[in-house]
Amino acid sequence: MAQQDISFSDTAVRGLPSVEQNSWALWGTVLFLAVAIALPFFLRSFVVFQLTLAMIYAIAIIGLVLLTGINGQFSLGHSAFFGIGAYTAAVLMDQFGVSFYWTLPVAGVVCFVFGFLFGLPALRLEGIYLALATFALAIAMPQILKSSLFEHWTGGVQGIVLIKPDAPFGLPISSDQWLYFLTLAIGLMLAVCAMNIVNSRTGRALIAIRDNPIAARAMGIDISLYKTLAFGVSALFTGIAGALSGVAIQFVAPDSFTFNLAIGLFVGLVVGGVQSIPAALFGGLFVLFVPNIAESVSKGLAGAVYGVILILVIYMMPSGAAGLARLVADKVLMKAHRKGPR
Amino acid sequence: MTWGMHEAAATTERPVSSTRQQGCGAAGGADATSAFSRAPMLSVCDLTIRFGGIVALDKVSFAIGAGQILGLIGPNGAGKTTLFNCVSRLYTPTSGDILFNGASLLGQPAHRIAQLGVNRTFQNLALFRSMSVLDNVRVGAHARSRGDFFTDALRLGRARAEQRKIDTRAAALLADLGLESVAYRCVADLPTGTQKRVELARALAGEPKLLLLDEPAGGLNHHDVEELGRTITGIRDRHGVTVLLVEHHMNLVMSVSDTVVALDFGRKIAEGTPEEVRNDAEVIRAYLGGAAT
Repeated sequence: MAQQDISFSDTAVRGLPSVEQNSWALWGTVLFLAVAIALPFFLRSFVVFQLTLAMIYAIAIIGLVLLTGINGQFSLGHSAFFGIGAYTAAVLMDQFGVSFYWTLPVAGVVCFVFGFLFGLPALRLEGIYLALATFALAIAMPQILKSSLFEHWTGGVQGIVLIKPDAPFGLPISSDQWLYFLTLAIGLMLAVCAMNIVNSRTGRALIAIRDNPIAARAMGIDISLYKTLAFGVSALFTGIAGALSGVAIQFVAPDSFTFNLAIGLFVGLVVGGVQSIPAALFGGLFVLFVPNIAESVSKGLAGAVYGVILILVIYMMPSGAAGLARLVADKVLMKAHRKGPR
Repeated sequence: MTWGMHEAAATTERPVSSTRQQGCGAAGGADATSAFSRAPMLSVCDLTIRFGGIVALDKVSFAIGAGQILGLIGPNGAGKTTLFNCVSRLYTPTSGDILFNGASLLGQPAHRIAQLGVNRTFQNLALFRSMSVLDNVRVGAHARSRGDFFTDALRLGRARAEQRKIDTRAAALLADLGLESVAYRCVADLPTGTQKRVELARALAGEPKLLLLDEPAGGLNHHDVEELGRTITGIRDRHGVTVLLVEHHMNLVMSVSDTVVALDFGRKIAEGTPEEVRNDAEVIRAYLGGAAT
């Protein structure tokens, strides 16, 4: 019985890791950092570029984790916030000569405002209805970006060509490597912020709203406020990712931000594990590389191969990569516990 | 520590509210039984609520003095939980008023009720099922703490201080209710009796002045019910919390309540001391069906 208790308390901990898991997480982070920092020096610059994009998607997916996994609000419209972020950065750089680095926080703030405003009507919608409303946002965004009203700034269908920043301080690395490290640093910072939120009073309020809105209200949680803010903060993360992507690809065009991107981010969210911030990286890698893998298997049937891979992944990891990792960790920990008393 | 402070606050408020600004004439009944000249902490005045054609509550009036335990009884469908939901602002009554320390609750949104000092438990357990016991209790302290996305995201000093405050309080409550050993367990994995105690701890984390308990004995065995009775009086005596108790378990209600109010089909049919209500003809008729005829 006591044995059972120990293993339970390990699996049951949410938001308050036990000591064992803490040390595991620490070593995992150290290992990840070492590999992540070393990688760009061993890989071709195109692969470095691809990894940068994967991290950018991961940042966007973190936004979805906070909104969907933690707060329980669905969005199929995050391509719109991604696009707004990218265009904010692009227009600021192209039209107003603002330095790329300054465009990132501006894109974040602009998307926060858009997300917050969109969150207000979204308050009245639950589950699939909210998914539909956000879907409409995703459908509308490319056309709005193409519209002649804003063509003066956005360049209409032509889009905007951007230039990658060079490494500062005369660092002996390429602009691809520099952008990789910059994205890595920003991604880590945002991931830490997101994890802080999840493990805080605010995060508990968000989860409480997802788990039981009536009880959450009785505990004094202002549901409307938290839900709209969650939308805003989610859009902020996705917007910063969008701004980074514009510069990484060196080009923004309306058709980069279609509904396909929104679905891609949603797939990344699910295969990573909807409630796990670190797993967003797995989601980002999946979103970027699996379509390529599918294409290399069969050019004509790439879509079908992608579908099969997706089904297999969902079948084998029903709660995403994060769920699988937790399962493995628990198995290992349980073994350690069993060995302990003997 | 925090309990002590809260108690002090509660006692200093009593003279202020004893200006006898009752605002509702029907509040006298409970006062007479309390024997102390306290203005009621909670006054329910002519409360009526209709759902479509059904009158769930029909001009119900009663009052609870500070520090009292009031038991609300009645057969299934009598309107007890509906009344709770009106007080916690999940429902808006059709007419009538609810005064808490002399001020109407009806103008307040549901999430403000906890901040005013009214917390509740739920009849059919409304825990946050994916969370640990500790986190559930921490959420209970939401109304008594401050924070926002920004300070929490950056873990600024203020956020850490609030977190420590919440944790100290949660740890004390877990110890108080014997939940320490399951603090990190996911609340959904625990037996009903334990979950009920978690709900109690969660409600107490909000430092209530008035605690609404909706059938806390539901699903508990005999021994647990006895202990629950001691817990409820303990909460009142040690923490100075006023308790409104909805319960089917008569022994429990009669042993802990100062006043008992009986409802039947949305109407108040009796009010008085436990003995008075126990021997009330109307109450006996309501519980035993046509026995009186």
